[in-house]
Formats: sequence, C-alpha cells, structure tokens
Amino acid sequence: MKRGFSILAVVTALLLSFALYEALIGAPTERTMGDVQRIFYYHVPSAWTAFLLFLINFVASVVYLVRRSAEADIVALVSAEVGVVFCTVVLITGPIWARPVWGIWWTWDIRLTLTLVLWLIYVSYLVLRRFSTSSQTSLLAAVLAVFGALDVPLVYFSIWFFRTQHPSPVMGDGGSLDPRMLHVLLINWAAFLCLAWLVCWTRYRLEVLKREVEEAQAMESLLEPTR
Amino acid sequence: MSFFPITRATLMKDVRLEWRSKDAINAMLFFSLLVVVIFSFSFDPTAEESRRIAGGLVWVAFLFAAIVALNQTWARELRNQVLDAYRVSPAPANPLFLAKAFGNLIFVMVLEALMTPLFIVFYKLRALGPGWELIPVALLGTWALVVNGTFFAAVSLRTRSREIMLPLLLFPLSIPALLAMVNATTAILTGEQSPQFWIALLLAYDVVFTVACLLLFETVLEAE
Amino acid sequence: MNPVHYLYAAYVATWPIHGAYLTILWRKYSRIRREMAKLKRS
Repeated sequence: MKRGFSILAVVTALLLSFALYEALIGAPTERTMGDVQRIFYYHVPSAWTAFLLFLINFVASVVYLVRRSAEADIVALVSAEVGVVFCTVVLITGPIWARPVWGIWWTWDIRLTLTLVLWLIYVSYLVLRRFSTSSQTSLLAAVLAVFGALDVPLVYFSIWFFRTQHPSPVMGDGGSLDPRMLHVLLINWAAFLCLAWLVCWTRYRLEVLKREVEEAQAMESLLEPTR
Repeated sequence: MSFFPITRATLMKDVRLEWRSKDAINAMLFFSLLVVVIFSFSFDPTAEESRRIAGGLVWVAFLFAAIVALNQTWARELRNQVLDAYRVSPAPANPLFLAKAFGNLIFVMVLEALMTPLFIVFYKLRALGPGWELIPVALLGTWALVVNGTFFAAVSLRTRSREIMLPLLLFPLSIPALLAMVNATTAILTGEQSPQFWIALLLAYDVVFTVACLLLFETVLEAE
Repeated sequence: MNPVHYLYAAYVATWPIHGAYLTILWRKYSRIRREMAKLKRS
C-alpha cells in the first residue's frame, strides 16, 4: 500500500513536470490566440478531472443510499472535496483565459455556466456535511448529491435554450484541434488525473484515520469512570 | 387511512392553524410589500425597459418571500415533537410532505397574488404577449421552489444555522427553474418570444423533483 | 497588459489552489496525530 502510494507520488511529480514543459514549450503556438491559448492545457484537463470526480461522487452516493457502506460514504466525501478544488481551478483559469482572448471576464456559455452551477451545488454539499448535526450526515449528503445529479441535465437544457435566445461569444478552442495539441492536452490530463488520484488517496486515508480516532475517543468517554 | 385523506386532513389543519394565528401570514405580507417597495426604489426603469427586467425582479422578490415562508414550514412540528411521532408511527411520510408542500404552495401563491398588483402599479407593467400564460408559469414556478424548499427545510432541521442552510441548499438546485421562470415571464411580458420551451422545462423540473422528493422524504425523515 | 502575463497568471493561480487544499489536509493530519498521542497517553 505505502509503496504504491510513493510510486504514484513520484509518477505524478514527473508527469506534471513533463506536462508543464510540453504545455509551455513543446506544444505549437496557436495561430489566432498566441501563447495565451496555452492556458487551455491547464483549464480543460482540470475541468474533465472535476467532472469525473463529481461523477464518482454521484455513484458513491447512490451506493451509499442502497448499501449504507462507510467506504462509499468516504469515497463520496473525498471525491466531492477534491472535485471542488479542481472545479475552482477551472473557474479561475477560465476567466483569466477569456479576458485577453475574448475581452470579457465571463459569459453565460454552457460549459462555464454548468461548471459554476456544479461548483455551487458541491460547495453546498460540503457545507451540509460540515454543518449537519445529525448522526446520519452521510445519508443527507447522499440525498443532496442525487438531487444535484438530477439537476445537471435540467441546467444543461435551460442554458442551451437560453443561449439560442441570447447568443453571445462562445469561449472555446476554436473547433478542430491540431493533433500535437491534442497530444499535449492528453498528457496534461493524465498528469492531473494522477494528481487527483494521489490527493484523493491521501484524503481517504486521512478520513479513515479521523474516524478511527473519533471512535476511540467515543469509546474512551464511555469507559471513563463516572465522577 | 389512505394517502389522500391524510394529505388533505394535514393540509386543512395547517390552513386552519395559520388562519387562526395569522402572525406568520401578516409578517410575510408586510415583508413582501417591503420587498416590492425597495425594489421599486432601487430599479426605476422606463416602461419599455421595465418589461424586460420585470421578470427577473418579480421572481427574485417571490423567491425571498418563499424563503421566509419555507423556513417556518416545520417549526410547528418541531415545537411539538410531531416529527419524532411520525418516525415512530407506521404511517407513511409522504402525505405529510405533500400536505406541507401544498400548504406552502397556497401560501406563497397568496403572497404572489398580493405582490403582483403592486409590481404592476410601480412598474407600469402590461403584458404584450398572452397574459393568461403567466398563470401556469406562476403555478409551475412556485411549485418548483416549494417542493424542493419543503424537502430541504426538512433536511436543514438537522443542521446548525438552519435558516441560512435552506437557501444555501435550495438556490443552486433551483437555478434551471429560476432561469425558466424569469425567461418565461419576460417572454410573456415583452411578447417577443414564445414561453413554451420554458413552461415545458418547468414542467419537467417539477415532475423530476416531485418524484425525487417523494421517493427520498421518508429517508430524510428517518435520519435523526 | 501583455497577453502572455495572463498565461503566467493562470498557471501561477492553479498551484496555490491545490496547495491551499493540501495545506488544509496537512493541518488536519497534524491535529489527528495530536489526538492519537493524547489517546495513547490516557
């Protein structure tokens, strides 16, 4: 276990460095946008990673609702937290990219808006977990995750239609992708996936430890002789 | 006793209790009035512009009023340990949920009915599109807020800072519904577009979340 | 502002966000270690 973790840590560090090099120097410069376009190599993989983590959270939440297993609950918690971190990166790098290229910080385009709504839903999920006084926090959080997942297609369609009525700039990569750029994009995605896996693994172990400590503390206060 | 009689009985009980005490109603009526007045001071557009922004303003005002109503949904039940009794009894939880949700629906629609004339007066509103279509929009839109609101009001019972948890949980999920409500209203007021897609979206939202709430309410109620 | 500065800003912004989360995890871990030590003593 521990060896696997160390190997992953090393691989992650190497991949991230290599990916950074490729993104900044290896990849060809985009014709219309210039070097600023390279933000794309951080922005898009972070988005894909965040969405994957949110999907994992949904599956884990459903598993928890059906089986009430502690492992599923911890996976749900971990994927939500790390997902929010990656989602935050997406929401920050997005406007930083948009400003020099399209002249605006924000637009209600479908991908950005969906990312923002997912971020809001999952931040509310984390707040619920923190503020809950119930002994069944995991259950309430799983229910919220299911509601969030049901919401996503509705958000998608509402923004899609809104955009047909109020067209505004589409912030994207300009259609077809040069194969060399796709190559660099995938390398960066692999690097961020390894980072996500590493951080999730760390958080998972931390949560298991935390729960063991809490249980031990509860046992101790039970066994304490009454004064 | 079967499903609908329980729902109706609970609903009638709530309506009667509210009518007798009237304090919640009065407070909320006044709150709604204040919201309309403050919005009118803050945004003072011409008649032409007002038709474009009124949709958003009106629904934000309704949303605030709804939150105030939703926050006290379960207050009476909490005070009298009714929810614990429900958990122990073999009675299904869904009639209780529906009764509460319908009660909130009636309540919020009464508030809307009172706020709307004020908005019309302050903003000199007149629908250029089919005005009657505002009724299904109001009905479906309010139900969208109220069904999830009643559900998450029950969820927030098991949290600290209950009053702030409800909007915090409700708002992100309500975004597609809010988008639909506002755009449908604007479409009808300006008459420039058809509100049909938005009404269909509201209907889909209502169906999806009503089913979800009914399936999961019992689970939430059991969570101590 | 030179567009390239935005590029650097984005790359530079990404890492503190990950770093902040890892710092939070580190602090959690320290706290748990302290709790464990307290439990072992008693």
